[in-house]
Amino acid sequence: MKLLRDTSLIFNRQMQLLLRNPVWIFVGVFQPVMYLLLFAPLLKPALQVNSNAEAYEIFVPGLLVLLAIFGGLFQGFGLIAELRAGVIERSRVTPVSRLALLLGRSLRDVVSLIAQAVIITLLALVFDLRVFLPNLLLAYLMLALISLMTSAVSYGVALVVKSEDALAPLMNTVAQPVLLLSGILLPLTFAPGWLQGIADWNPFSWAVNGTRALFRGDLGSADVWQGLLIMAVLAVAAVAWAAREFARSVR
Amino acid sequence: MIETRGLRKSFISRQGRDKKTVEAVRGVDLEVAEGEIFGFLGPNGAGKTTTLRMLATLIEPDGGTATIAGADLLADPGEVRRRIGYVAQGGSTWDDSTAREELVLQARLYGIGKADALRRAERVLEGFQLSEYADRKCKTYSGGQRRRVDIALGIIHEPKVVFLDEPTTGLDPQSRAHMWDEIRRLRAEGMTVFITTHYLDEADALCDRISIMDNGEIVASGTPAGLKREISGDVVRVGLPVDAVAAAAQALTSYKLETYEDNVRLYVEDGAVAIPQILRALDAASVPLGTIELHRPSLDDVFLTKTGRSLREN
Ligand SMILES: Nc1ncnc2c1ncn2[C@@H]1O[C@H](COP(=O)(O)OP(=O)(O)OP(=O)(O)O)[C@@H](O)[C@H]1O
Ligand SMILES: [Mg+2]
Repeated sequence: MKLLRDTSLIFNRQMQLLLRNPVWIFVGVFQPVMYLLLFAPLLKPALQVNSNAEAYEIFVPGLLVLLAIFGGLFQGFGLIAELRAGVIERSRVTPVSRLALLLGRSLRDVVSLIAQAVIITLLALVFDLRVFLPNLLLAYLMLALISLMTSAVSYGVALVVKSEDALAPLMNTVAQPVLLLSGILLPLTFAPGWLQGIADWNPFSWAVNGTRALFRGDLGSADVWQGLLIMAVLAVAAVAWAAREFARSVR
Repeated sequence: MIETRGLRKSFISRQGRDKKTVEAVRGVDLEVAEGEIFGFLGPNGAGKTTTLRMLATLIEPDGGTATIAGADLLADPGEVRRRIGYVAQGGSTWDDSTAREELVLQARLYGIGKADALRRAERVLEGFQLSEYADRKCKTYSGGQRRRVDIALGIIHEPKVVFLDEPTTGLDPQSRAHMWDEIRRLRAEGMTVFITTHYLDEADALCDRISIMDNGEIVASGTPAGLKREISGDVVRVGLPVDAVAAAAQALTSYKLETYEDNVRLYVEDGAVAIPQILRALDAASVPLGTIELHRPSLDDVFLTKTGRSLREN
């Protein structure tokens, strides 16, 4: 099928270029490891839990969702560099599927995010985190959907604004409230009612709750399917929109 | 091979609060025959790139129609894409990729299988004398090497028509001459080549036919020789000391004339008759004379008579 073939062409190229640049791999692993080692020890007292394992159960899913959101939102910068180099225009004069131009790139972002997530999970195991494998895989699915959505949004916005100068403040402005209102770093259990009310409108807050439930081993919780469903719907919408931006005239 | 009728495009550009409409292309009619090198000659901002981008399906025209290699631009842009190649003015290679990788990928984006794509890449690398650098990253190439990769990317799928936007801008004279040979080779292989340029000599030496574009419109079309023949008469070029140009222009007001930094050009019916008169007029005004030459009109003279401006001044 043409879409599959085209997507894998773009994906392979993007993967190849990513792996050629070891700096990214180093940064991608180093940062979350720092969070895990330097930030996590503060958690046990702050969260008022009894064991490290319990603290990690709350913190690690939040950290993973955070990485998925931020990793995705800032992918647009790479695309602007490609626009400037003329690579996008060169692709657009070929009959390649426009959806593939987006999916190939977004899938690379998903794969590198999952690779990061695996490293962090393995490390957290060392710190006594325990999570049931099927639950973990579902949590990865959630992360994949988040990063698919955020990277597609970032690519779409990059194609619209076409300059780093506009993309950076835009993405920061989006990311900040999303982060604060999702209970990502600390759960919103202790938040006042009005804050929780706002957070209910933040889709990422549902994603975080779902991921936490999975790490807790609470597969049956409504948070799980609700989080997955919301993220899936948003991911599809973001991909459809961004692919249309790839098809539209860009300069 | 290419036929357009009334192709138009305008852009809205914002400068602070003001919105300004730029009519980049205002009704272009073109006919390009199969197997020719067709040139678009015009100054900066004439609308050459905009026209090419419309023909390459990258931007939608505001009005007009076009058929390219038998496919209708508006009704079937997908088919147009399959039949053409396009090389952008600004280049299209990625710093961290090698020429071979770029070529193979580009071929595959056109639906060509892997083995075939590798073979084609090998062939065009040889054809464009790039084999030596094929596996080095593009960022290590010289400007001329990189431009050759761009062109190779545009023709790897052997399109019927290839659009080259300023293929030789920024190249030294020797690389330009090489590039001309490569473009002629494409024609010999049966491709129709559509180039844009603002070099007069390039339009003259390389193109079978040209259209001169200015301000979004085509002001003249034909073979370079035919266009020059249309301007009856001769051009007399009088070389002068820089500070004498103004005085010379004053002494020769009865002629149709253009002043330049260190010379003036006069458009006269018959040069042999005019030269003695010119000499006498300059002598009477005691203007010191450097050199005097008589020549047939150039494409710049064509541009001048059509627009009242010179291409060289740009
Ligand atoms: N995306 C755009 N937005 C606004 N104005 C544009 C846009 N693209 C082109 N223009 C304007 O349209 C006009 C024609 O531009 P175009 O790039 O087609 O010229 P050109 O003949 O290729 O010039 P050059 O020789 O400098 O490449 C110019 O005035 C340019 O500023
Ligand atoms: Mg141009």
